[in-house]
Parts: sequence; C-alpha cells; structure tokens
Amino acid sequence: MLEQLAVILDALPYILEGALVTLGIVGGAMSLGLVMGIPMAVGLVYGPRFVRFILGFYVWFFRGVPILTLMFLFYFGIFDLLGLNLSALAATSIVLGMTSAAYQSQIFRGAIESLPQGQLKASRALGMSDMQGVCTIILPQALRLSIPGWSNEFSIILKDSALAYVVGAMDMFTRTHFVASRTYEHLTLFITAGAIYFMITLVGVKLLLALEKKVRIPGYTS
Amino acid sequence: MPSENNTPILQMQNICKTLSGKEILRSVSLDINRGELKVLIGPSGAGKSTFLQCINYLLIPEQGQIILEDTVVNPGVKKDLYNYRQQVGMIFQDFNLFDHLTALDNVAIALRKVKGMSKKQALEIARKELDRVGLSDKGDLYPAELSGGQKQRVAIARALAMEPKVLLLDEPTSALDPELVGEVLSVIRDLAKEGLTMIMATHQMDFARALADEIVFMQQGEIIERGSPAALLKEGSGTRTADFCNKLSDMCEELD
Repeated sequence: MLEQLAVILDALPYILEGALVTLGIVGGAMSLGLVMGIPMAVGLVYGPRFVRFILGFYVWFFRGVPILTLMFLFYFGIFDLLGLNLSALAATSIVLGMTSAAYQSQIFRGAIESLPQGQLKASRALGMSDMQGVCTIILPQALRLSIPGWSNEFSIILKDSALAYVVGAMDMFTRTHFVASRTYEHLTLFITAGAIYFMITLVGVKLLLALEKKVRIPGYTS
Repeated sequence: MPSENNTPILQMQNICKTLSGKEILRSVSLDINRGELKVLIGPSGAGKSTFLQCINYLLIPEQGQIILEDTVVNPGVKKDLYNYRQQVGMIFQDFNLFDHLTALDNVAIALRKVKGMSKKQALEIARKELDRVGLSDKGDLYPAELSGGQKQRVAIARALAMEPKVLLLDEPTSALDPELVGEVLSVIRDLAKEGLTMIMATHQMDFARALADEIVFMQQGEIIERGSPAALLKEGSGTRTADFCNKLSDMCEELD
C-alpha cells in the first residue's frame, strides 16, 4: 500500500502536468468548435440552400466518422498533404475542435430555432440588417439557451482528448500510461488519472452552471 | 384628425402577394395622408396582416410599388430598404419584444445599432418614450416581468423612438386579455390626437368608429369598401362593413 502511494506521489507532478496539456487540448477544441459552430448554426438556419447543403455535409461527415479515424486521417494524411507541420498537441486540438464544431453547430441551431422568430421580424422592422438582428437579438438569447448543451459537450471533449495518445501528444492519459508501463502499477495510476478527469468534469460543469445562472433573464422561462 | 395637407405621405400601388401558392393580396392600392388614421377591418384571412407586412417590406410583394413622400422605395437595395423601414414603424399582435433586454434597452437598442447613437443618448430617448406610454417606472424590467398590455406599450415606445413617419399596427390588442385592451388603445388614441400617421388593423369597432379618418374593409385580398366611419357604419347603410360589424357585435352578445 505504501509502495503504491509512493508511486502515485512520485508520478503526480508528471501526471498533473499532463492534466494541463489535456486542459489545453480541451480549451483549444472548445474554442475552435465555438468559433466555427456559431456561424455554422446561423448558416444552417438562415443561410441560402447551397450554404445549408455544404454545412449539412460537414456536420454529417464529422458526426459520422469515428474520432480515432479522423485523428489518423488528419494527422498522418491531410495535414501532411497540406504540408502543415503541426505538433501532436495542436493536431489533436484541431481535429477535436472541428468535430466539436459539428456538434456545437447543432446545439446552437436548436437554440436559435427554439426562439420566437418574431423578434427577428421586429428587428428588421426597426431598420436593422439581418446580420445586426441575428448578432444583437438572436445570438445573445440562443447562446444563453446553449449553455446546458455546451456543458455536455465539454465533458465529452474532455474524455475524447485522451485520444491524443494515438498521435503521441503528452496529455494526462499518455503520461499515465507511460508511468504505468514502467512501474506496472496500472490499477493505482489509472484510478488516479480517472479521479483527476472526474474532478475536471465536475469543476467545469459547475462553472458552466454558475454561468448559466449568472446570465439568466429575470422572469424568463422558455 | 384632419390632415395638414392633402398630399399622401405614403402610397401603396397595386400590391400583389402570393404566399405558398395562394394569392393573398390582389392588387391592393391605398394612399394615406399625413396625420390620418386608417383602420383596416375584415374577416381573418382577408389579407390585412399580409398587407401591413408588405407595407414595410417585411414581406416583399411580387408586384406593385410603394411611394414614401414622392420617392419610390426600392426594396432591392439593402440600404434603401433599411432606411425605409426606419421611417415606417410596425407594431405586432404578439409584441415581439426582445426577451433578453430590459424595457429601456428594448427601446434603446435600435437607436444605438441603427441610428448610431451613444448609449447615453439612446437611453435618454428611451426614458422619454417609455414615459410617453406611461411606463417610466418599468424601464428596468424584462419582458417576462411585464403584463401583455405593458409589453405592447413598450413595443409602441420602441417604434416611436425611431420617429417613424408612419406607424403600422397589426391587431395590437388581439393577443391581450380584455381588461388590458383599454390601456393600449388609450396610448394609440393619444398618438392619433398628436397627429401621427397610422394604419391599423383591428377588430375594435368602437375605437375605429371614434377615431378613424377612413375605414378600409378588406376581404379575400381586396379592398372592397372604404369610407368614413359615419358613412360605412350608419344603421341601414347596407354596406358590407356595417354587416360585418353587426356580426361581430352579435357574436359578442351571444358570448356574453
């Protein structure tokens, strides 16, 4: 028992450093997914037919192909073909981010479509352009409604980030695996890593819940 | 109200609109002079709401043109379209307030985003407009915290803040509980007395009788009768309008 504790204490700084890498991957992927997902959702709802078609194809592709396959396809295939010399960490973030964009676009699309569209009509009647109406009236409301779905997406990406292992990024999972293969303390080490993943999820979800409460519109129930 | 001059401020000419294969408006034409209140009445499905939405190009008619103060509006040019809509306000049956903004910000937002005013300036005007509709104490409340009548008055303040030349009202009291209709109608009555040019679709016949300069009766996408309330609603005048109104009041009596 003491021996195992010693292994954990020994490996903990190394694993926690990996947790920071994991957080970096998740942060990058969530941000990329957000930055891509919002305009995609707007295009899916208000765009002309061909834009909707292209976006629909994108969503279908990234939701339809396993992330592991996407990782290999992009890291060893497409990024190479494009002559991009990306680090394993950046590549993982980008692939997870592009996948997340597909899912996040659906979260935002659902939120936009659940809003009463008369508000956009009212913004037009006041002389706003469609762009202004969407940005100042529709999105501030849709993003509020998206937070629960977004917190779900956060916990999913956090877990998917362990796939960084296959391209050799030094995230928490990869580091844990390294230590485990050296010390043969698989059970102890993976329980430790699992507990850290669990804590990160808990804190992230709680923070998003606090955000949801903070931006709640008084008296509003949808 | 008698108009100051007799040149029309807004002219709709031969407006035609088809929605999902159905002809909703068949060449509707209407002129309105400065300071007039015209009331559109008619059975549901007559095209009143479609007509009002065509007037400020929320729906683009297939045919026909609109002339605002002698200038033909070209809805194909975005800048002209947005500019035109600023000058023609619209009040909706279901208010369409911006749910995430306080009453004050609902009024101020277009002043800032469309007219490019500073926040301070916009809020100053917003306060004044809320005061005008009797809601100066409700500025910090969100739409979900207001009653239907208060929401519609905020919507009116929001439209008035843009200083429209013409205000369109699409059954502004139809979604309200009966006891809240009065407060909204009284605001509209004040606007009429101040000489604001308005076109209003409504079923409130007493209101129309008392305040309309002209009643326009629509049916199946056409204007079939028009004239002063006195002429159209006179007992025994035999007009379709009088007939329709009798049916409305009969129905109310039966319900009572």
